[in-house]
Amino acid sequence: MNTSAISMEESLAKLNTFKKEVMQELKAPDDLSRDQILEMFRKMALIREFDSQVKTLWKQNYIYGLAHAYLGAEAVGVGACTALKKGDYITSTHRGHGHVISMGGDVNKMMSELMGKADGYCKGKGGSMHIASVDDGMLGATGIVGSGMPIAVGAALTASVKKKDYVTICFHGDGGTNQGVWHESINLAAAWKLPVIFLCENNQWAISMNYDRATGNPAVADRANGYGIPGVTVDGFNPFAVYEAVRDAVKRARAGEGPSLIEARYYRYIGHFVADDERYRDTTTNDPWAEEMDPINRMRDYLIASGTASKEEVASIYQSTVDEVAASVEHAKNAPEPTEEILWDGLYSAEFMQMFGGK
Amino acid sequence: MGRTITIKQAINEAHHEEFARDDSVIIMGCDVGIRGNPFGVTAGLFDAFGADRVRDTPISEAAIVGACLGAAITGLRPIGEILFSDWITIPMDQIVNQIAKLRYMFGGKTNVPLVIRAPVGAGGGQAAQHSQSFEAWFSHVPGLQVVMPITPYDAKGMLKTAIRGNDPVLFFEHKRGYEITGEVPEEDYTVPFGKAVIRREGSDVTIVAVSIMVHRALKAAEELSALGIECEVIDPRSIYPFDYDTVLASLRKTHRLIVTHEANRRSGIGAEIVSQVVERAFEELDEKPVIVAGLNVAMPYSLSLESMVIPNEENIKQTVLQLMDRV
Repeated sequence: MNTSAISMEESLAKLNTFKKEVMQELKAPDDLSRDQILEMFRKMALIREFDSQVKTLWKQNYIYGLAHAYLGAEAVGVGACTALKKGDYITSTHRGHGHVISMGGDVNKMMSELMGKADGYCKGKGGSMHIASVDDGMLGATGIVGSGMPIAVGAALTASVKKKDYVTICFHGDGGTNQGVWHESINLAAAWKLPVIFLCENNQWAISMNYDRATGNPAVADRANGYGIPGVTVDGFNPFAVYEAVRDAVKRARAGEGPSLIEARYYRYIGHFVADDERYRDTTTNDPWAEEMDPINRMRDYLIASGTASKEEVASIYQSTVDEVAASVEHAKNAPEPTEEILWDGLYSAEFMQMFGGK
Repeated sequence: MGRTITIKQAINEAHHEEFARDDSVIIMGCDVGIRGNPFGVTAGLFDAFGADRVRDTPISEAAIVGACLGAAITGLRPIGEILFSDWITIPMDQIVNQIAKLRYMFGGKTNVPLVIRAPVGAGGGQAAQHSQSFEAWFSHVPGLQVVMPITPYDAKGMLKTAIRGNDPVLFFEHKRGYEITGEVPEEDYTVPFGKAVIRREGSDVTIVAVSIMVHRALKAAEELSALGIECEVIDPRSIYPFDYDTVLASLRKTHRLIVTHEANRRSGIGAEIVSQVVERAFEELDEKPVIVAGLNVAMPYSLSLESMVIPNEENIKQTVLQLMDRV
């Protein structure tokens, strides 16, 4: 009996449809400088290296609990956050490492957090699934699917009430689109014309549930029509396509024209979490996607073919991320464990803890 | 100079004054704006402060409460109103997993200054989905504060404390309490959390009464006084933080304890209060502690049935008489 959630035939058919209907050729838009383009590649490579190491470190038990890799999604986070400026916010998902790096976060602090160390972003209290770099505008990863939606709406509400011109990107997955709060949040933001961009990272899999089986219409962007806001689908393996869609939505949001829904469609050709054995699908069905769509390879090929950078330069940028991640692993391994003194910190405000101790 | 006003007016005044004091304060919820909330507690706010800060919402409790959180961590002091506290089940994930946890999980990076206001309580035949009191649920969750003021003075002062504080607060108003009157100062004041008030002094039995039960306990105490039994009635005002010191000091005098709340008894806040008292001051108890609470049944519609479920002054009185061996 074939118990795989997808056959090779179906996977190939989906890939072909993707190529025909969604895939966009890489071409850097005119408004991005060479430096910005190379920085996009560097961040994508940094995510790739970071999360490749996370998998290894989890198996060695340096990282524990639950860790979800952003591998294959690098173009979405980096493309989207390139369209932001300082002061803008994002909300994240349980797959948040790529979002931290996309917002310019510090890999040492992130690696320390994943190893539960005291100098981690969250002092070892959040781990991978609750990684947050609030000072960079990354308002945190949450482990309940879809739950970041209204939080992003609230951040956008502050901008609206306080007449500030920042925008908020709400990253979420295809799994989140079938939660009730997804609909409530988009509807509320649309009714109030709030400056928020709902960016669906549609990797087509909610653990073992293929999106084709999870909804009557797997084109997420179509749902925008129901809320009276623009909706587009872009190639989620292509950082420039994501950048351009988000840039346009950001412009609209800053102009007070309200929210947009962007579906960055890609394909999770890795496990749901780093130790997922993927027993629900034949893993060879992932291979065609990884071979043909890998965003790092596509970006590397583009940079060289377009003459943006030489082969050596590209290799040197990539190597710099390998070194940075290796250094972060050493840093985190040697970082101190948190102690009991900080166990209660942050449960309530400092003044409340002083009065009542929180216990 | 004090004035005599109702709890409803006190809550309304607190909103108006805090909105005027700090333009970061906003409110959102179903019918809070143009309608001024079904009980009138937000009346006049919409006209005074505008649609930007006084926001009528679609019926989307999860989005409303979640948006309060997002707004709170980015610079506003939002108040989210749930029309009836029974519907707080809808945004439960946002309250329990996001609001209560976010600052802690993220290493203390941000404050979470938000208030969720909701009317609790039974009476008048509102049946199973409009009569409940869930203070025990939220008291159970680390990261939240829960208050249940039941005088105009406390309602106004505690709402101000809640709005000005940097923590998430569940502010539960008893529907049968809105018309209770009491004296409130003209000038600005706040009431601290975690400080109980002795509503009536007595030397025979300590009655810890939650929310509306304070007034029922006071009535029972008056009748008992005529029989020569003096009850000390304690209004904890906040459920978490809870002021055990005041309760224990009273017990050292009375050596008898009754805890009463309207919420049904099973796993209610009374169980926690009694267990804390037993652990901390077992030797002070001359009699077993007793809980007078709602029955463990869904609230029925018929007034004849409803009155069997809600604890009243007679239940308290009989319990006191039993404890005093006067039955």
